[in-house]
This record gives sequence, C-alpha cells and structure tokens, in this order.
Amino acid sequence: MKRFKRSVYQAKYQYLISILFILVTAIACYLFSEILGYQVVALLLLLVVSISAILFDIYPVLVAALLSALILNFFFIPPTLTFNISTPENLLMFSMYFVVAMINAVLTFKIRQVEKKNRMQEEKEKSLKLYNTLLNSLSHELRTPISTIIGAIDTIKDADSKLSKINLNELYSEIEIAGFRLNRQVQNLLNMSRLEAGSLQPKLDWCDVNEIIFTIVNEIREEGPNHTIEFIHDEELPLFKTDRGLLEQILHSILHNSVQHTPSHTKIRIHVLNKSDHCHISIQDSGPGIPATEAENVFQKFYRLSNSRTGGTGLGLSIAKGFTEALGGTVKLDEKFEKGVNFIINIPAQTSVITDMEHEQG
Amino acid sequence: MNKAEILIIDDEPQIRKLLQISLESNGYRVRQAVNGREGLIMAASHPPELILLDIGLPDRSGHEILKELREWYNHPVIMLSVQDAESDIVMALDNGATDYLTKPFRTGELLARLRAAIRRSQNVVNESAIQCGDLEINLVARVIRKNETILKLTPTEYSLLALFAKNEGKVLTHRFLLKEIWGIGNQTETQYLRVFVGTLRKKIEDNPNTPQHIITESGVGYRFQ
Repeated sequence: MKRFKRSVYQAKYQYLISILFILVTAIACYLFSEILGYQVVALLLLLVVSISAILFDIYPVLVAALLSALILNFFFIPPTLTFNISTPENLLMFSMYFVVAMINAVLTFKIRQVEKKNRMQEEKEKSLKLYNTLLNSLSHELRTPISTIIGAIDTIKDADSKLSKINLNELYSEIEIAGFRLNRQVQNLLNMSRLEAGSLQPKLDWCDVNEIIFTIVNEIREEGPNHTIEFIHDEELPLFKTDRGLLEQILHSILHNSVQHTPSHTKIRIHVLNKSDHCHISIQDSGPGIPATEAENVFQKFYRLSNSRTGGTGLGLSIAKGFTEALGGTVKLDEKFEKGVNFIINIPAQTSVITDMEHEQG
Repeated sequence: MNKAEILIIDDEPQIRKLLQISLESNGYRVRQAVNGREGLIMAASHPPELILLDIGLPDRSGHEILKELREWYNHPVIMLSVQDAESDIVMALDNGATDYLTKPFRTGELLARLRAAIRRSQNVVNESAIQCGDLEINLVARVIRKNETILKLTPTEYSLLALFAKNEGKVLTHRFLLKEIWGIGNQTETQYLRVFVGTLRKKIEDNPNTPQHIITESGVGYRFQ
C-alpha cells in the first residue's frame, strides 16, 4: 500500500526531473558546443538518457529520449536551428542515436520487470512461511481447548465413572476456561486480519482513560490470575479523544501478556498520565523480564521468547503495536527498567479538561 | 409457571437449541424461526411477548427485520450480535431494539436481560419513586437518597440520573443520552457526558472505579442498574 502510494507520488516528478536533466545538459553542451562537437554532445545526451533509465520508469525515459533526439537534431546537428539533416552520415548518426536511446529505455524497463517479479516471489515465499508459522501455533492453540472440551464432556457423559462433585465442578470450569481461551484466540485472529487488511479506521471519541483502565483491569482479574494488579490512577487526567475499542484491545493484550509471562502472586503496576497532549500509560510487571537480545523482537508477529513455556500464538503484542500505531502512537519496552518488563504506551490525542462542572447552578 | 412466550429468530441450530433449553428450563415457552422471513410470519400469526433476533441472518439482515417488526410490534426485541459490532448494535438500538447480547454470552446474563425487558414492557414506569439497590430516586420531590442519606446533585447530574432510573436495566446509547439531556446539536460531543457520568459515579457508587449502578457498555452507551 505504502510502496504503491510512493511511486504514484513520484511519477509526476519523474517526468519533470528527466526533462530537466536533458535541458540542463543540452544548455551546458550548447555553451561549449564549439569545443565539444556534436558527436560528443550526442554521447553526453545518451549518457543522460541512460542514467534516467536507471532511475525512472519507462515513460519518463521515453519522453527524455525523444526530447534529447529533437534537441540534438535542432541545436547541434548541422545545419543547426532546423530539423533538416544535411549529410547521410549525420542522418545515420541521428537515427542510431534515437534507436540506442529507445533500446536503453526498454532494456532497463525489462530488467526492472524481472526484479519486480523476483521481489514478489520472495514476498510470496515469506508470507507463506508466516502462514505456516500461524497454522502451526494456531492448531496448537485451538486444539488444546477443543481437546479439553471434548475430553471433559466424554468424562461427564460416561455414566460408569463415579465422578465426585468436586471433580465434576472442576471439569465444568475447565470447559468454561477452554471456551474463553477459544474466544480470545478468535478475537486475536480477527484483530490480526483487521490490521493486515489495512482497513482499520479509528473512531475517535472522548475517552475517560482512567475508567477504561479500571474496566480492563477488572476483566483481567475475572480471567482468574493470582496477580496483584495495582492501578495508580490520575484524578486530574483530562479526557482524551481516541478510539476506546482499540485502546481497550491494546491494554488487554499487554496486560494479558504480563499476566501470562510472570509468576502468580507477583505485582503488576499501571500508571497513566498526560504528557503534553499524549496519553502515556506504563504497565510494569515484576517477572523475569525480557533478555536485551530479544527485546526488539517481542512486538513482531508470531514471535515468542525462546525460553517461553506458556502457550500463545505470538499475536497479542503485535496486535497491541499495530493498534497503537493505528492511533498514531507508539508502544515500546523501557530499557532502563530492571525489575521486570515495563511497557510504555504513548498515544497522541486531543485533550479536554472541563472544570466548571462543580460550579453549575444548583 | 406461566412465563412469557419467546420467539427466537436465528439461523444457527446450535444456538437455537441452547437458547431453547436454557429458556424452557426457566419456564419460558419458546418458538423458533430459522430465518427472517419465517420469523416475520411467525411473529405476525401469533405475536410473542419477546423476540430474540440475530443481526446476521442468511436471508435478510436483522436490521431490516427489526424495522419491519417495529411498524406494528411493541413488545421487546433483543438483538443477538457478535463481538466488535458496536456500530451494528448502536444502529439497532436507535432503530428501536430493546437491548442486545453479544455472542458468546452467559446464560445468567441472557435471563437477566429477558426479565428486565419483560418487566419494563409490562408495567410502563409511572412511578414517582424508584428504588435501585441502595439508591432511592424520588422523581416528584427530585430527591436522591443513598442509604437514607440525601445526595447533593447538580441539575444536570439529577437529569442524567433520573433518565437512567426511568430506563433501569436498559442500555442507553450516547446519542440518546446527549439528545435527552443536552438537546439536538450536541449529539457528537460526548465529553460532557463522560464528565457527568464520572462525577455522578463519584456520588452514587460505593467505589466509582468498579461501578455497580452505571455500567459502561463499550462503544455503545451506558446501562443503569
């Protein structure tokens, strides 16, 4: 998408620049035409056309070739200042010039086509590899809860087994957890495909970020980890104009990640503050941390830490990153933080402080 | 037990089966339609007391069915939706849906929504005082009590709380709230709504960070309970 836009943007300028090249060279040559002689001028112009062919698309180069041929004929090949050519040698030279310039343009174009094809082939292979990685981790992440559900149901249905009330309840809650896990994976996949499609359009509205963080913290608590999640909220925090749904997903992905990868009963701290119209949220855990060598990769799609033992598709953090970027913000690891992992989310957003509420007549 | 009759319009047999079992085991009578066309015919031939309507039907969208139903059907219609479909939900609510549930939903949640919707449709609220947990809202005297203590509210806070109380248990969209409290023209400026919900929560909730009365329905609106 981006690449396409860039080449469209440049197309207008490619004509301009290639024509300018020819004109500048022609003027320079014209000034020194007595020393150079028109054969040398022809070679110089041909050189400029060749350089254009390396830099630009085919059409600007063809225009440059045509223009340079006309200039060469009109200003340099005797009789000058006419399009007539007096001697057969000069006619031959002019024709050769024109043909060579065109061949130059076409050949370079063909080489480009081949390169483009190769690049597409490479990209295709790369995405195929990613696709396989996805299938592998997905089949694991989906099959585990599905196996749990089917197995648990079989055990419950088996009339001969004498399940204790406690065991039965445990099986029920395993089915429940498996259901939530499946739902979360589907949500991840949907989010990923929304990002991949590039169709993500943030819907901006005024958001009470304190409230959003409390909501997500409560959601995570309900998922049942034994972590102490502490949110230090800011009473003075203004409203931010951002996309509530995306912000919720970002926070949920990162918090879920922190809970998954740190020992239970450890502490997770969340801070929020307004830094000159940027919503700045930090999520600090007190787990083992991420090795510096791997810190760069954690936001990559399907990436999982080499020592990771917990499940996961490696999608959560890449979704968090994608969504944050869709909101114009950044998410990164705090390298100076040493007691665990500190995720820092920074999202630029219009703010609104309404302070006169208490003075409303009443 | 003589509970209400409910019509389920959903194309997924598993969802219909699940709904049927959980509703019937709670005393409701259940009829089922597998698509929109059939649903409309069944609703017209013998109007049920509540309709559960899936937004994503194979033949016609739930939105269309809802619009046709609302030309003559005044009982509650609860929409069944999927996650991440807030705009669908808001549209349905603005078109007269009573409430919504996103799949996957918990049975307890389903039953609570049904009870609330049926209760509201049966006795049109004409009460002068509404009791809601530890809150007592006296609409005549314009007095709010929490655990017998009178709360001091600003006029806008009071209007907002009274509006919530009259629609107890029902989800109210941002657009609806803005229109009712601030009038037409302010329907996109939600910042005042956010601020007033915030200040109201500080006054009426035990813990404003885990609200029990004013519940946020992400991307849709608020629900008072």
